[in-house]
Amino acid sequence: MAEEHKLMLIIRKAPHGSIYVHEAIEVMFIMATFDMKLSIVFLDDGVFALKPGQDTSELGIKGFSASLGALAFWDVTDVYVDEQSLKDRNICTDEVISYGEDEDTDEKLFPTPLSTDELKKMMQDQDSVLSF
Amino acid sequence: MLHTINKSPFESSTLQDCIRFISKDDVVLLFEDGVYAAHPGSNKSALTEEILKNNKVYALQADLKARGIDALIEGVETADYDMFVDLVEEHTVQAWL
Repeated sequence: MAEEHKLMLIIRKAPHGSIYVHEAIEVMFIMATFDMKLSIVFLDDGVFALKPGQDTSELGIKGFSASLGALAFWDVTDVYVDEQSLKDRNICTDEVISYGEDEDTDEKLFPTPLSTDELKKMMQDQDSVLSF
Repeated sequence: MLHTINKSPFESSTLQDCIRFISKDDVVLLFEDGVYAAHPGSNKSALTEEILKNNKVYALQADLKARGIDALIEGVETADYDMFVDLVEEHTVQAWL
């Protein structure tokens, strides 16, 4: 049997200022329904999507923290964040939102911080990459 | 003059570009993704700090709230929509898109 298709979805835009992050999350949930090895990476301004306490009520738009918090429920558990992008923006690696709970232990899951070299290697290993 | 910035300083050079043209008594308003420039300690904070040496910088409250930004660079003031309107009334607007 052929190996599972490896798809990496990269979020590089800041949330709320444009529709990109919303669209990326839609695609993320669609792809999660297919049998493929899906990984999600928050890179550059995309790391701002992981900031806790986002309240979009005064902008009259729907936020997506709840959607991101349900990724593990849809079996999306390969979630990563670029360490350098966090550092450039003065966001601590332990200051990001959880993407769900572990099925067995109920423990909260957080995006795994990766170095540039680790991310570079992971990108090379993909069958396709979708960048938003 | 009121300079408005609506892009993230990490993705666009508008904040940096506008600095060259800021005169005495000019005011800068950060809104939409521009409010990320008000977040302290980043590698772009120096841009906002430079403007603050001689000019006022406001950040739109609703946009800060939407993005979960609760700490601000010292000296940056928040503005609500009413204040945004007042600023636009008082100044000629240069919108750096």
